[in-house]
Amino acid sequence: MKFAPSNQPYDTGNFAVFTKNLEKQFGSFTAVKHVNLAVEQGEIFGFLGANGAGKTTAIRMLCGLLLPTSGSGTVAGFDVWRESEKIKQNIGYMSQKFSLYNDLTLAENVEFYGGVYGLNRKTIKEKRHELLDSLGLTASAGRLTRDMPLGYKQRLALGCALLHNPKIIFLDEPTAGVDPEARRNFWELIHELADKGKTVFVTTHYMDEAEYCNRVSIMYQGEIVALGSPQSLRHEYKKASMADVFIKLVDK
Amino acid sequence: MPGSIKINSFSKSYGDILAVNNISLAIDPGELVGLIGPDGAGKTTTMRTLCTLLVPDAGEVLVDGRDVRTNVAAIRAMLGYMPQRFSLYPDLTVAQNLNFFADLFGVPPAEKAERLQTLYQFSKLEPFRKRLAGALSGGMKQKLALSCTLIHTPRTLILDEPTTGVDPVSRREFWNILRQLRDEGVTILVSTPYMEEADLCDRVAFMYQGRILAVDKPAQLVHRFPYKLYEVSGSDLQSLRAYLEDETDALSVQIFGDRLHVSYGPESALIAPAGAESVQQIEPSIEDVFLYLMQTSA
Ligand SMILES: Nc1ncnc2c1ncn2[C@@H]1O[C@H](COP(=O)(O)OP(=O)(O)OP(=O)(O)O)[C@@H](O)[C@H]1O
Ligand SMILES: [Mg+2]
Repeated sequence: MKFAPSNQPYDTGNFAVFTKNLEKQFGSFTAVKHVNLAVEQGEIFGFLGANGAGKTTAIRMLCGLLLPTSGSGTVAGFDVWRESEKIKQNIGYMSQKFSLYNDLTLAENVEFYGGVYGLNRKTIKEKRHELLDSLGLTASAGRLTRDMPLGYKQRLALGCALLHNPKIIFLDEPTAGVDPEARRNFWELIHELADKGKTVFVTTHYMDEAEYCNRVSIMYQGEIVALGSPQSLRHEYKKASMADVFIKLVDK
Repeated sequence: MPGSIKINSFSKSYGDILAVNNISLAIDPGELVGLIGPDGAGKTTTMRTLCTLLVPDAGEVLVDGRDVRTNVAAIRAMLGYMPQRFSLYPDLTVAQNLNFFADLFGVPPAEKAERLQTLYQFSKLEPFRKRLAGALSGGMKQKLALSCTLIHTPRTLILDEPTTGVDPVSRREFWNILRQLRDEGVTILVSTPYMEEADLCDRVAFMYQGRILAVDKPAQLVHRFPYKLYEVSGSDLQSLRAYLEDETDALSVQIFGDRLHVSYGPESALIAPAGAESVQQIEPSIEDVFLYLMQTSA
């Protein structure tokens, strides 16, 4: 990780995500503690951690959805305190709880998100064809989202989060509950995005997926307790797998 | 047969979609059986039918020797069920939710105290006893829901993807609890998308497109994988994979974390390719079987 010395100005613009002592408190409880991150453009960054460690809270701050309590950060070069609207225009976000409207058809979901991102009708129509076609879902365009297998829903949700062609995409447990084959398909998409130069910031509780990231951080009780490439972390903690590294750091 | 499950030629449709297509499965008292398969395979429909929430279209479904069509109240009284989307009371605290479910199930105070301790140890939620359930993280909510389900000891437990969103440490502890309940004689049917959890079951049923394609002990199930399997590691897995797929007779090349699993028919063998750091023949895992069954059944 690259840290700028604290007394010198640093160029945060080159990093897709840069934070310095980012913190969030809810009442007297500190959910995110002095988090320092420098995520390179085009990197697949795995944001791992125990349940309740503060991952979703940190992501919401980075996506301009929640103001920090203290600290600083930029995403795509925009300030998390002052430029949340700019951030939203330049990132895609798939939330942990909710991605698509179950009561809408697949096509309607794409149209809805196109509208949210302020695309014009013509672009939305083109993107809708393109996206459904690329996922092999054209024949199912009129089906209710509720009736689709989860793996398809998650890939479509990813497509919706990319409609406005953001440079950075935040994925909060995109493969939760997804079967092994569908997870592999989803990660193929993630790798394609990274190959196109997009930055992928992703959380997961599947430790095999941690291996598919360029670097990962592991969070515990609001703090980042480890950061590095999967290989270097396995090496550093003398463990055969990321699952064992995770358990060593988090089982306290 | 206290707590046993018996499914005979069971089918269930929604409109013109055949969700479960003539399946049979018998689970002994005190057995822990895992249900795996892709989304939409019919796992949840099967589980909801066992819980008397759906009525079979055809076939016989028995829990504890009783027919789910005619013994709704009796079955519900002896069964514990955790649906995929469990509703907690978001404006009650963690402790209040647990107490509510303990009272609902009529758990005696001494047993409740003991059980709470075990569950708090698994969930790590004790420091958050007084937090509203609505303010918990996704995985903490899931763990609270699980704890509410396990606060009493039913004879039969049906758990639909209980560990989705749960971190690896808590997953391990949760499975210790499950196996302990199994040892105490509880019959458990659990679905999971984590293949390493399937490995912890006494038997595993693989479901696909409404049918059960295989059911066996994990150690036996892996024998369904008919090919020779090699594990290949190297620093550039993508190139290795492309090479193995394009230039060798590999039947399949799958990424498994930091390695590749490559399969070959009896006539071929893998010669270590350039760029491979290690190559060894290995026993297949449940995940290999899962991917194989999915690809050959499609
Ligand atoms: N609005 C809120 N009020 C009080 N506490 C909150 C609030 N939102 C989140 N928290 C707390 O902040 C902590 C971090 O939650 P967060 O959702 O960021 O965790 P997470 O790392 O995403 O966990 P998971 O892996 O379970 O999704 C938790 O203890 C949670 O209960
Ligand atoms: Mg979260």
